Amino acid sequence: MTAIVSISDVSKTYASGFTALKNISLDIHKGEIFALLGPNGAGKTTLINIICGIVRASTGHISADGHDIIDDYRKARFKIGLVPQELTTDAFETVWATVTLSRGLFGRGQNPAHIEKILKDLSLWEKKDSKIMTLSGGMKRRVMIAKALSHEPTILFLDEPSAGVDVELRRDMWEMVRSLRANGVTIILTTHYIEEAEEMADRVGVINKGEIILVEEKQALMRKLGKKEITLELAQPISAIPDSLAHHKLELSGNGHELTYSYDTQGERTGITTLLQDLAQTGIRFRDLNTKQSSLEDIFVDLVRERS
Amino acid sequence: MNIHAIRAIYKFEMARTFRTILQSVVSPVVSTSLYFVVFGGAIGSRIAEIDGVTYGAYIVPGLIMLSLLTQSIMNASFGIYFPKFIGTIYEILSAPISSLEIVIGYVGAAATKSIMLGLITLGTAALFVPLHIEHPLWMLGFLALTAVTFSLFGFIIGIWAKSFEQLQVIPMLIVTPLAFLGGSFYSIDMLPPLWRTISLANPVVYLVSGFRWSFFGKSDVAIEISLAITLLFLVACLGIVAWIFKTGYRLKN
Ligand SMILES: Nc1ncnc2c1ncn2[C@@H]1O[C@H](COP(=O)(O)OP(=O)(O)OP(=O)(O)O)[C@@H](O)[C@H]1O
Ligand SMILES: [Mg+2]
Repeated sequence: MTAIVSISDVSKTYASGFTALKNISLDIHKGEIFALLGPNGAGKTTLINIICGIVRASTGHISADGHDIIDDYRKARFKIGLVPQELTTDAFETVWATVTLSRGLFGRGQNPAHIEKILKDLSLWEKKDSKIMTLSGGMKRRVMIAKALSHEPTILFLDEPSAGVDVELRRDMWEMVRSLRANGVTIILTTHYIEEAEEMADRVGVINKGEIILVEEKQALMRKLGKKEITLELAQPISAIPDSLAHHKLELSGNGHELTYSYDTQGERTGITTLLQDLAQTGIRFRDLNTKQSSLEDIFVDLVRERS
Repeated sequence: MNIHAIRAIYKFEMARTFRTILQSVVSPVVSTSLYFVVFGGAIGSRIAEIDGVTYGAYIVPGLIMLSLLTQSIMNASFGIYFPKFIGTIYEILSAPISSLEIVIGYVGAAATKSIMLGLITLGTAALFVPLHIEHPLWMLGFLALTAVTFSLFGFIIGIWAKSFEQLQVIPMLIVTPLAFLGGSFYSIDMLPPLWRTISLANPVVYLVSGFRWSFFGKSDVAIEISLAITLLFLVACLGIVAWIFKTGYRLKN
């Protein structure tokens, strides 16, 4: 695997004295979708901003497509597209004008046909002459994506692409990311959602408090992390778990109103079907059913515990 | 050189100018007319000719300079402050462009706008007083040089400013007084010797004087000195801009 982005020993201490990144070393492989997972304040945006030239690293080196991002910034940045976390747009400008500006800024000559294609792909074509402030939040995010793609980058950073985006748009976005990858674009995205990493990524990196604590193939990670819980809200409380259900490893809580079942989503069989059949046979009726995936928080706790 | 980037910034900024062209043009036309009514008509009729030029005509170069200074600083400072304020600066910082190219794009657009407005001010003035321009090429040269220099100055203010108040404070507290005291409406030779000497510390004196020379062939200070001081200020601004980009001052964390 060739590294398209190579980060070595990067640290960042902000002017406030706060150290947001501690000796990060990481290689992104050419053509992959890499998901950077981490809680708020972990340093995801800081890392991306350093790679893109918005924030200066305190120490360390980074190269993009073989070009040092400082010494050879023109060549490095020419390859990179960034969709930042914040929705920052030229509110008074039209979609067309702002996307055209982006293409020029990144050193490409005008190519209305390419911009037309991007806007159509992102369902923004009807809005091309609208001022950005008249668009909805989801549309604005798509404008940001259009800007980032305007100069045909081969490395794309998506910082929290699904923040404030509805389910349908998220699906569309995932679709788009996949088709970009099919065209050879390397994609690095950050997210809080394990589902998103699960859906999209080839590899996952977990960052916490400025340190990369894990980098792994997604498949392998999912096997480790794929715990899920079903909580059944019972119509009538029960005082104890009936013997006929004992082998299901259930937990009773909420004064006998809730039964919780944990299972492995990656397992051959989840055991849900038999559990529900057994419940029906035992005559236990339930009013509601919730499922909950292990949250990132749980995962971090697990990871950190594992490491220490 | 990333020519595409320079052109993109320039076009984008000029589009912003043309979208608000009416406001941009109306204000210098109205204020110039007001100056002429007050200074040229009401007061000027009681003032004797200066250097053989009627007072109405005499104040034209100063008026244009006044509008040029204000407009250059305002346009350029706003042009760069606004993306910083709304956050779109991220794109400029992450684009494959050098600081010089950024400056050419932004300062070029701001200077273009203020030159246009300077010429409109000149046109308005020509409606009030008969004008004869002695050295038209020098006149345009001074116009362009001043527009570029003060747009650079405005660019620096735009980067330095952390709020809209700060954006206004330098033009209001420093530039406007300097412009008024810089001989826009009088010859510094009319001042008592002490004040004349003090005035020579005011850079605007040299701008106005040089510019006036291009109109009437006469000036308060030698044209070479005017030119040299203006260029000096230009170089100083360039130096500060270079330092800003080198250190990332108020642009990068
Ligand atoms: N300009 C700054 N000055 C000082 N500290 C900063 C600055 N920008 C970010 N930080 C701090 O650095 C840490 C990492 O921030 P960063 O934005 O990289 O986190 P993140 O992982 O992107 O979080 P989120 O998921 O909330 O987007 C945070 O503690 C933040 O407060
Ligand atoms: Mg972030």
